[in-house]
Amino acid sequence: MTGKLNKVDVLVVGGGLNGLPFAIAVASAGLDVLVLEREEPTHLVDAEFDGRVSAIAHASRNLFRACGIWDHVKAAEPMLDIRITDGPSNFFLHYDHRQLGDEPFGHMVENRHLRQALYARAAEIPTLTIKAPAEYSEIVRDCSGVTAHLVSGEAVTARLIVAADGRNSPIRKQAGIKSVGWSYDQMGIVCTIAHEKPHHGVAQERFLKPGPFAILPMTGNRSSLVWTEQTERAKVIMALPEPEFHREMTKRFGDYLGDLKVVGPRWGYPLNLHQAERYADLRLALIGDAAHGMHPIAGQGLNLGLRDVAALAEVVIDAARLGQDIGGGTVLEDYQRWRRLDSVVLLAITDGLNRLFTNNVVPIRIARDVGLAAVNRMPKLKGLFMEHARGTVGKMPRLLRGEAL
Amino acid sequence: MDNTVKAKSVDPAEIANFAAMADEWWDENGKFKPLHKFNPIRIGYIRDTVIDHFRLQTDDAIVKLKPFQGLRILDIGCGGGLLSEPMARLGADVVAADASEKNIQIAKVHAEKSGLQIDYRHTTAEDLADAGEQFDVILNMEVIEHVADIEGFIEACSTMLKPGGIMFIATLNRTAKSFAFAIVGAEYVLRWLPKGTHNWKKFLKPSEVARLVRNNNLSVRDISGATYNPFENRWHLSMDLSVNYMIAAAKL
Repeated sequence: MTGKLNKVDVLVVGGGLNGLPFAIAVASAGLDVLVLEREEPTHLVDAEFDGRVSAIAHASRNLFRACGIWDHVKAAEPMLDIRITDGPSNFFLHYDHRQLGDEPFGHMVENRHLRQALYARAAEIPTLTIKAPAEYSEIVRDCSGVTAHLVSGEAVTARLIVAADGRNSPIRKQAGIKSVGWSYDQMGIVCTIAHEKPHHGVAQERFLKPGPFAILPMTGNRSSLVWTEQTERAKVIMALPEPEFHREMTKRFGDYLGDLKVVGPRWGYPLNLHQAERYADLRLALIGDAAHGMHPIAGQGLNLGLRDVAALAEVVIDAARLGQDIGGGTVLEDYQRWRRLDSVVLLAITDGLNRLFTNNVVPIRIARDVGLAAVNRMPKLKGLFMEHARGTVGKMPRLLRGEAL
Repeated sequence: MDNTVKAKSVDPAEIANFAAMADEWWDENGKFKPLHKFNPIRIGYIRDTVIDHFRLQTDDAIVKLKPFQGLRILDIGCGGGLLSEPMARLGADVVAADASEKNIQIAKVHAEKSGLQIDYRHTTAEDLADAGEQFDVILNMEVIEHVADIEGFIEACSTMLKPGGIMFIATLNRTAKSFAFAIVGAEYVLRWLPKGTHNWKKFLKPSEVARLVRNNNLSVRDISGATYNPFENRWHLSMDLSVNYMIAAAKL
């Protein structure tokens, strides 16, 4: 590939869970795409690198299917039922997928399995090149195009650059796009639990006092635990020796799945929320965490990023099929208008949920207990919440509907 | 770009001037914003009609991006190349003509920057016809309302069309509504276009254009309107021909 690396249609910076699906979507529609990824690909599929499990909403799975990625996913556990409980109260909200049709709410897939599937699919597309590990030294954007100078000394030009380089997006910063947000003083402790009894595809989300405690079904008798704690306390818990950690975890987890065992390492992720003031600049589009980050309370982080992927891929391909400049202002304006409001709304909802449920003032507590039970008895409102969990609210890009670009 | 300056007959300062003007033509929020906004709808109309007319195959992803491969297209009154460049990207062999030498220089500079091969010529439809040029597709988009001898112009275009070829004409209707929208609205109220851009009296009704093309042995295949929706800030194809409309006519 060296030496020939000179001109592509789209340059994607970041070969992660947003960058690769975007690259795959537009490259399979015929555009020449180059992905730059800092990390070694073999490293990325290592369980030690990222032990997280992603909830792939129904709409996101449609995108993976439409892009030929889903068939490469080795293991996916369908999520058939979501049970939401509020701490010690008996009220709970129960989402049963059968109320919306035959399809499950989504699937739990280990991030490393997702990455493997993405790399496998990418390898099948002749117009897609992934350069990893690779870093750029400079990116120049002007009216006529984008030029990236790589550390290796090579240079590449493109019509459009897509920043999928994470929440601290250096490209966003270089473009002078501000991001507003706040930190929650909470951390998510993530680990995998092996349990004695089967989970029957049931996801549990409990709103405990320090924050949500989610048990998400994985393949086999395993679940992924996302345990939110106040930052200082989370650090203490993270550092506990195995028996103490196990005891603290079991206390919250309960015994409904029988004997529990922590398998693999524990990870701690600080929780914060941010929103870029713009999703586009001259020949530049931001997607995924580079554009917005959210509290993982509703499991919508990746799904929200995939909405960016689907919307941007659609406006870019539609423009390309009209012979238009895919990095032009009209295209980027369409993308920005389509996506930004949607993510502001979703961020506000999840932020609001978190604040509501971590509040311990008695009247609010009672109100939300009654609220959860009430939502359960109001089919229409509950239907909307469930649609949201499946990611099927709002103007849907073609890929999220499972249609080809 | 470096190699444009190499041509001996052209003054480099002149080229820099053209480049600045090209930026103006191509600034999507600048002077030609209305044309940029209108571009997707007219390109979409041309693309779909041409694919349908020549029964082009568009199954393959790459072909979908370049469906016009093998077609020779003439863009008359190309201006800065707003339509020529998309046609070239869609795979066509494009000859683009404009009566203004300045426009041709601007368009050349921009195509070079975009890395596109377009045969830009400072000439007229009549001269091209006299030279015996032949095309599969001829585009007369937003030009006939500026032409002095409309009959001679349409005749010249018709002779350049290969048998089985298709010609597009987009223009403004001569109605009270078009006066209100295109003259008062676009030029005076919204200031989309410089005052005096259009002379309403020179606008032709669809029936008049249809008669002109029929007189030149072309048959009208489609007439569609284009309507602007101010709430979406977007153009749509419609049945309403009262302001902007497009005609596709084929040579038998």
